[in-house]
Amino acid sequence: MPAPDTNSDVSALAAAPGLGEEWHLDLHAQGVRRDEAVAHLHGLLLRAARFEVFRRRGSLPQLCAVELDELAREAADDAAVSVLRRLDDFRGESSFRTWAYKFALFEAAVKVRRRAWRDREVTLEPEHWESLAHLGPGPDGDAENAALLEVVRDGIRTALTPRQRQVLVAAVLEGVPIDVLAERLASNRNALYKLLHDARRRLRAYVAEAGFPEVNE
Amino acid sequence: MTGRDLDPTLKRLLGSNEPEIGCDDCFAQLDRYVELELAGAPADELVPGLRAHLVGCPACAEEHESLRALLELDSVS
Repeated sequence: MPAPDTNSDVSALAAAPGLGEEWHLDLHAQGVRRDEAVAHLHGLLLRAARFEVFRRRGSLPQLCAVELDELAREAADDAAVSVLRRLDDFRGESSFRTWAYKFALFEAAVKVRRRAWRDREVTLEPEHWESLAHLGPGPDGDAENAALLEVVRDGIRTALTPRQRQVLVAAVLEGVPIDVLAERLASNRNALYKLLHDARRRLRAYVAEAGFPEVNE
Repeated sequence: MTGRDLDPTLKRLLGSNEPEIGCDDCFAQLDRYVELELAGAPADELVPGLRAHLVGCPACAEEHESLRALLELDSVS
């Protein structure tokens, strides 16, 4: 099955027969008007979800086009639920279409990342840091970077909490997507990013104190 | 040492000292931010802290890129 064409149905979605520019107001209505508006919304969300899934399909080489499209449909369904639940959050600061698109892109992106990492082991032991001896400035690294790296290593070992160390190492050094980490740690993206942000701030403070104040400027 | 010649791994470990918003706020404001960007408006001034967040958060950065690309695609369709 060929990849769905995410480009061909845009004009139809923009000006659906019988639906005016303010079609999204009908999402608050009842009966047939609402049903038509929901169907139109779902079309928009499916377009965005397909766009995202096929854009990121390189990370899912094991899935065929049908499976990728199924993933996009699941993302569009979940996004529709989120949009309908949060309709009152729409303040008109962007077009409704843009506002709705971001829900589908988010759902699709999270599903792609989680599927890509589903069978991959994520080492979440904070002590795993100790085994990352390969981290270094590399052959092109200069002496100053090498000295800074040593201080950063010390900072990770001594200035961070085990939880901060765990998240920083997994997210930054092992490249584990934050949604995958959130799933495995029974947390959420916002909370984990705050933890990562706090870890970085603490690490910068340690490094600045150790003789590299420029990292905190 | 300037930020420009810092090792990329060290940059990602240390992050930025710029004020930034979190993932939830980024999601809440992303649609407005991208439309401002595409309109040529000063998005970074009007939505402070979002650009710094995109630098520090690869997941939100991917979604920003995708929303921007999708709207650009719509505009030529």
